[in-house]
Amino acid sequence: MSHPDNHSPQSPPPDSWHRRTLEHKSALFAVATTLAISVGGLVEIVPLFTVSAGPQAMAEVTPYTPLEQAGRDIYAREGCVQCHSQMVRPFRAETLRYGEWSRAGEYSFDRPFLLGSRRIGPDLHRLGGKYPDVWHYEHMKDPRSTSPGSIMPSYPWLLEDKIDAADVQASMTALSVFGHYTQAEIDAAPQAIAKQGEEIVGRLRQSKVENIEADHEIVALIAYLQRLGTDGKKALKNQVAQSEGAETTGSAQ
Amino acid sequence: MTAESAVVASPRYDDEIVKKFLLATFIWGVVGMLVGVILALQLAWWPANLGLPWTTFGRLRPLHTNAVIFAFTANGLFTGIYYSMQRLLKTRMFNDTLSNIHFWGWQSIIVAAAITLPLGMSQTHEYAELIWPIDLAIAVVWVLFAVNFFGTIAVRKVKHLYVAIWFYMSMVITITVLHVVNNLAMPATLTRSYPVFSGMTDALVQWWYGHNAVGFLLTTPMLGMMYYFLPKAADRPVYSYRLSIIHFWALVFLYIWAGPHHLLYSGLPDWAQTLGMIFSIVLLAPSWGGMLNGLLTLRGAWDRLRSDAVLKFFVVAITFYGMSTFEGPMMSIRAVNALSHYTDWTIGHVHSGALGWVGMSLFAVGYYLVPRLWKRPLHNEGWATAHFWLATIGIVLYVVAMWVSGITQGLMWRAIDDAGQLQYPNFVDTVIKLVPFYWIRLGGGLMYLTGILLMMLNIGLTIAGSSPNQAINPSPAPAK
Repeated sequence: MSHPDNHSPQSPPPDSWHRRTLEHKSALFAVATTLAISVGGLVEIVPLFTVSAGPQAMAEVTPYTPLEQAGRDIYAREGCVQCHSQMVRPFRAETLRYGEWSRAGEYSFDRPFLLGSRRIGPDLHRLGGKYPDVWHYEHMKDPRSTSPGSIMPSYPWLLEDKIDAADVQASMTALSVFGHYTQAEIDAAPQAIAKQGEEIVGRLRQSKVENIEADHEIVALIAYLQRLGTDGKKALKNQVAQSEGAETTGSAQ
Repeated sequence: MTAESAVVASPRYDDEIVKKFLLATFIWGVVGMLVGVILALQLAWWPANLGLPWTTFGRLRPLHTNAVIFAFTANGLFTGIYYSMQRLLKTRMFNDTLSNIHFWGWQSIIVAAAITLPLGMSQTHEYAELIWPIDLAIAVVWVLFAVNFFGTIAVRKVKHLYVAIWFYMSMVITITVLHVVNNLAMPATLTRSYPVFSGMTDALVQWWYGHNAVGFLLTTPMLGMMYYFLPKAADRPVYSYRLSIIHFWALVFLYIWAGPHHLLYSGLPDWAQTLGMIFSIVLLAPSWGGMLNGLLTLRGAWDRLRSDAVLKFFVVAITFYGMSTFEGPMMSIRAVNALSHYTDWTIGHVHSGALGWVGMSLFAVGYYLVPRLWKRPLHNEGWATAHFWLATIGIVLYVVAMWVSGITQGLMWRAIDDAGQLQYPNFVDTVIKLVPFYWIRLGGGLMYLTGILLMMLNIGLTIAGSSPNQAINPSPAPAK
């Protein structure tokens, strides 16, 4: 009876090159393995840091406002990305359903990226401006009130819990390392949050929603959702306008 | 001296650490699968979200994936690695204190994950959701494990490294690199941080990590365990030494390239998407090399499948490995991915790997080890066979339900009517259609969960059993 503790794979050639060079020399084996697993990642990832191969920047794409950033943190906290993608693919069926397909340059200030991998619910990349603020309020309170048959959970606590401006400033300070914000913007964040929040609260009041204040979490989330994909749309519109302008100039000559 | 050696049965090997990791594996396995069943129920019946922040799908899903990957699977790998590498290298682990720090450190990390994820503390990177202080703890514990691992190799009493050790080593090295790079972040508070990479670059780094966490946690070390435990259980030598060399190097080299197949049709440059697709397809060859080396090791032992639960679990595990490593490359082809991406097809694919390959392999290793570690026969062999059928039928129900639901939804999303408009413009119509399949999936998951509960009971009663059985001949002193 062969003893598996003791046995090697069947008939290893006694003078096997692999055995002599690698299996007998564990350090060399570890180095060879490290090299083997490094090549693919280096070839694929490093070029993205170059200007020519990396995502093409879009001038219209700017960092999120403090309130939107607070909303984005809530989006991350609640795990919205588990069910909603933010990446419209360049297919007719997708652009019909969602709008313009997503460009790489639109995500420049997405830390972390929130592309998602599963659409248990619809894609949200072109959600900004699609519905009025009150739709989002009602939808987060009870998804079935706006989308009958929806399997999404209700998020009533967003209507009660509040954001803390100091906490948003902490996020902005961390993100300022990557150039998202200046110190002046961080200092002015409480006022900016209040101003943008009041605008949303005002629109909610017009729709007979009276119980919401500017620092409720739902307001920050609405601010973020209404921003989604709008910079990109602006950029694409400008691109079209520029190319049309170029054509007009061309024909005039 | 004689009395002492009689008391200490096998002082050469530290099997106490193996026992700890084994129990942790299946306890966390129950937790991870239970959360999975709750998630399946939530998708079929939304009120199961309970209206509480801590129990919504969005917060619980990372708990499920982290528990299954880092609690169930990783503890299972550590069980198999600590048991087999001592025997393959004919030496005790390098340092018992390191082994214990590894065990308790890892379990503390899991507990921290189980607390923070329902609280909504998440980096949002899939399978890298844990917040930065926990990531630091993972790095420290992992490095201590690596020291113990390479230390054991350094003091080995066998000159050559058996194929299982190659696969373990590829895990120890690669997971270190992936974990560190993908979690590079700037902390804002104790529980929140922002990654150094943004947008598409962050996405590519994450899927380089995400795909290779599958590759180097759920695949290569599992193959290493197959190379140790399958020949032992079948009492047959591994089919081909040459094949093991070729498929090992091909697998570890090729796997790393496949990450971009998670980002097809995204803003990632086309050349990167194409590289991801091509390498994913080529990956089929070394994957099937491993499958064939496993299945052909059983040549001449197929009759023992009838009576041996360990071999039953292994054969189904390896078959699912072959199935999902065929399915994966197919799904990486752009035209197929256009349909499958974002749908339940992906969920089905992941579970044929996780429930089929990983779960069934770990059950095989568990049933192999329990009688040997506790030196008594399994309490009830019939229950092990019942577990096997519960798990196998459960997986089939799960995977088939997800295929049907995934393809159904994918086709509904793209359906265009004669007027050139969307046939199902209301997204929720494509969701309602899936609910029956979500109930079937729940049924499959419940069967799988029942199976592991039966196993836990079997293990518990085996350990509680009083009569050590000499016939098992546990962990024989290795003969030179």
